[in-house]
Amino acid sequence: MVVHRSLTQIFAAPLVIAIVSTVGLISALVGDGWWDAVSWVALGLPVLLYLVFIWRRRPN
Amino acid sequence: MTATTKSLRRWGAVHKWTSLICTLFMLLLCITGLPLIFHDEIDDLLHNQVKPAEAPAGTPPANLDHLLANALAQAPGKVPHFLIWDRDEPGAMWVSVGPTIDADPTNNLLIRMDTHAGAYLDSPDVTGRFTYIMLKLHTDMFAGLPGKLFLGLMGILFCVAIISGIVVYAPSMRKLRFGAYRAQRTRVVRWLDVHNLAGILLVAWTLVVGFTGVINTWADLVLKMWQFGQLAEMTAQYKDRPVPSKLTSLNGAVEVARHAVPGMTPSFVAFPGTLFSSKSHYAVFLHGDTPLTSRLLKPALIDAETGTLTDSRDMPWYVSTLYVSQPLHFGDYGGMPLKIVWALLDILTIFILVTGVYLWMRRRRAGESQERAIANAASIDNPALAS
Repeated sequence: MVVHRSLTQIFAAPLVIAIVSTVGLISALVGDGWWDAVSWVALGLPVLLYLVFIWRRRPN
Repeated sequence: MTATTKSLRRWGAVHKWTSLICTLFMLLLCITGLPLIFHDEIDDLLHNQVKPAEAPAGTPPANLDHLLANALAQAPGKVPHFLIWDRDEPGAMWVSVGPTIDADPTNNLLIRMDTHAGAYLDSPDVTGRFTYIMLKLHTDMFAGLPGKLFLGLMGILFCVAIISGIVVYAPSMRKLRFGAYRAQRTRVVRWLDVHNLAGILLVAWTLVVGFTGVINTWADLVLKMWQFGQLAEMTAQYKDRPVPSKLTSLNGAVEVARHAVPGMTPSFVAFPGTLFSSKSHYAVFLHGDTPLTSRLLKPALIDAETGTLTDSRDMPWYVSTLYVSQPLHFGDYGGMPLKIVWALLDILTIFILVTGVYLWMRRRRAGESQERAIANAASIDNPALAS
């Protein structure tokens, strides 16, 4: 039997990702150059994580 | 049944119904939205445009009255509604003309002019273009304002589906680590994992793009509100004046506006009698120069009979909200890399929609209560679904 995870455990990572995404959504509005780059990385993060999690456990 | 389970089942029902109702339209929006992210690039690729003449840096722009006369010579019998500076191509401007001043501007003819030479370039018919058809499907499904408001309603359901999705994510993940993808299991389990993973990763983006899309569907109403609110207030003293018989210089009006609002650049001019102005004024809309302030327009109203400034005020909060919500919906404010990220996030949203519908169909076929399935993670191990 697997131990049940608490709400904090379940939502810790999603909360961090949501905050990072929000920073990314706002930063390109604030300025150009580095501000744009921050938004590429911050909003690219969910896409990257998706690929990592799916590929990591690909069936052989 | 505990209170928590009961409440989770209720959230499960909310998630199921809001999703089911909006999914088909959300798929349409995601699919048509994908090429729209790159609409400039697609138009450049598919359609030839006359290039403006090379103008060395520092070349002064043409006199706008001269430019306007040249444009109108190409459209006999038509009247100008708007003069628009091209955001992306400083060498070109647009003159939007209609059959009469109160005709519906969405059917206007757009005439492209050379900013520096003031000469005619071309007047492409955009209505047959691929990007135009995608845009119409995306904004109102060719059904005008009712179509727009309907899609806005679907957008609200989408946002509710996302929020209820966050709630039902918890029971689904009680026994799983974050990012779990059970690759060795049956398709229904794998697709549940894809749905949960992509859904939770994209929460912030889908909520922002979904909700700013809803705000955009209210654009026509926001414009009307401004017209009857701030614009009417600014032009109250002109209410009973007759329409000016002869308009003052357009070029002069823009110069007056530039001086009245220093540090800002003209974005477009609305001619007297159009939706964006009174019947007695040129409304010159100016923008700032940062990514954010370039979206926030400020009107300067110029008396079209005397050419003097009547008033210039910042737009009210509801118009500013609309302007700020536009880039957040389009993803066009951070260069090409942001557009590509936007497209990838859009594709992942399509995955969420498709896997969601699949999960609903499988559970239905298995004769299982959706609410119970959503509220209870273990139900994925139901023998009826194990095949």
